[in-house]
Amino acid sequence: MHAILEYYHELKKEKLRMVLTMLGVCWGMANIILMLSVGEGLYRELQRGLLSMGKDIVVVWPGQTSKAYAGFPVGRRIRFTTEDLNRIAGQVPLIEEISPEFIRWSETIKDNGHNMDTRITGVLPCWGEMRSMVPEAGGRFINEMDLKRKRRVIFIGNAVRDKFFGSGVNPVGRQIKVSDIPFTVIGVMKKKMQTNSYSGMDENRCSIPASTYSTMFNQKYPNNAVFRPVDRKRSEQAQDAFRKFLASRYKCDPGDDSIANFWDTIKSVETQGKILRGIQIFMGIIGGLTLIIAGIGVANIMYVTVKERTREIGIKMAVGARPVYIISQFVLEALLTVGIGGALGIALGKGMIAIVWALPIENEVMNFIGRPVYSPLLALISSTILTFIGLLTGVFPARKASMVDPVEALRYE
Amino acid sequence: MIVLENVGKQYDMGAIKVLALDGVSLEIGAGEMLAVLGPSGSGKSTLMNLLGCLDTPSSGSYRLDGELVSEMNRTQLAAVRNRKIGFVFQNFNLLGYATAQENVELPLIYARTPTVERRRRAIEMLELVGLGDRVKHRPAELSGGQRQRVAMARALANDPDIILADEPTGNLDSKSGEEIVALFENLHKRGKTLIVVTHDKNVAGHCKRVITLLDGRIDTDIRKGDSNRAAR
Repeated sequence: MHAILEYYHELKKEKLRMVLTMLGVCWGMANIILMLSVGEGLYRELQRGLLSMGKDIVVVWPGQTSKAYAGFPVGRRIRFTTEDLNRIAGQVPLIEEISPEFIRWSETIKDNGHNMDTRITGVLPCWGEMRSMVPEAGGRFINEMDLKRKRRVIFIGNAVRDKFFGSGVNPVGRQIKVSDIPFTVIGVMKKKMQTNSYSGMDENRCSIPASTYSTMFNQKYPNNAVFRPVDRKRSEQAQDAFRKFLASRYKCDPGDDSIANFWDTIKSVETQGKILRGIQIFMGIIGGLTLIIAGIGVANIMYVTVKERTREIGIKMAVGARPVYIISQFVLEALLTVGIGGALGIALGKGMIAIVWALPIENEVMNFIGRPVYSPLLALISSTILTFIGLLTGVFPARKASMVDPVEALRYE
Repeated sequence: MIVLENVGKQYDMGAIKVLALDGVSLEIGAGEMLAVLGPSGSGKSTLMNLLGCLDTPSSGSYRLDGELVSEMNRTQLAAVRNRKIGFVFQNFNLLGYATAQENVELPLIYARTPTVERRRRAIEMLELVGLGDRVKHRPAELSGGQRQRVAMARALANDPDIILADEPTGNLDSKSGEEIVALFENLHKRGKTLIVVTHDKNVAGHCKRVITLLDGRIDTDIRKGDSNRAAR
């Protein structure tokens, strides 16, 4: 309490000097907050971008054998049919749901004389949920009835809608022709940020029921399948079970890894997450370096203060202040300087984040780095670093103060 | 009870070694009022710093109430200063930003006296030195004599046995000096041990015992009671 009072006197006496020192800390703190927040924003946006292709899913493509087995040579193509996938769904408890994906890369859609080429995929209803195909208000994705009745219904990507009907138009219920066969539009995909894909962006694709697809196009084997393991931690076991099914069905070596190719997005998300955390930590370190420079400034000022107040230290020692009291006084002063500057810095950092959010810039880069996310955890991390720097900057000048010889100090002018 | 035995103090000034005190042995009993005289450079200040536990001797031993002060570390010395010794300096050495009361509270803070008791005690001490109406004044708002009385109140705050004064009247006009000397006499009557380093013959005249230092040694040690008796 007494020491805080003394700090207040010092603050009043050396206004400009203290304000400048605090400004340095404030700026350093704002920096580290901004850096960590941009890192956090980047993390969240990119992870969201990955997840927008589907959460906890595995994509699987047909492959070919790499080992001779049961009299068959190497290099035999192994493809799966819809039947196979149905059986896998029934027999492999590790797989929660699975959908084939049939793809026509370029089909013409027509509406009242104007037409365009687009990609058509035939899928099951569960595919929409697995692949995060969220419909805009008023629309829906393919359902079980569509599949069962082989209805001619189509769910279109938002970019297809924009180009074909015009942006902002709600085409639900409209009739269009796909390869000259009339279809009813049942939904438009809600715009999403997608950062990875395996067969083009979802905004450019149209989906129809797999059953309808099979009646229109003569395609026995799906281009690929998408499944979700029951447990994200047992994804690899689910992949093994899938592969073993194919191996026994098509008489392949059970240990042949190349008969099916998997893309485990669960793993991708984890890997990317680690990289992004690394980038965030790196950015935090850069911010921290600025803070360290500010800390050096504080230490400098503390040394000057100790020198200027040598006589005061001498008086205190003469009347019985133990060295540890002198130390704690100066450490406390450093912590207060750093603390006040740091608190202002958090406020400044939050202000800067608000400004970044308010910037009316819409482009690819800003979509990622222009979305800094502040969180109390970041403030806690920054404050911990700040406290550490405060202690360091205080301890050394304070130690010097406590080593002052009272006899010399009382004589000091 | 102060006992110095063959105390020496040597300063290293680069290549030259200065012997400020050279084999001083001295006993000062509780309740004595003692003046230390001597020309500048005779070792007065050094003796003062040693007696006040601001410094430790290079050789010899110093016992204060039986405790071997000469072997103590800085923390222990600080505690001894806080409990047993009150300082009065020529240039007052008050904290400029603090009020009279806050200055007097300083030794009490280091003695961990509770706040309420500390305030009460500080005001009591200021009243004792006749500054009951100046508790909220800062040193700059006080006269030299008043400042020295604040310093006296501070020296008395922890009720120490020993008051050490270094040229207490050196920066004061004669009237203020008289007031300070009167306070010393008063403290002497209350049983405090008073040790005053001074050039002021008037101050020395009030002391019952006068020690003269010369070149780091005790030159004379005169007890007035004795000389009076001798004269009779």
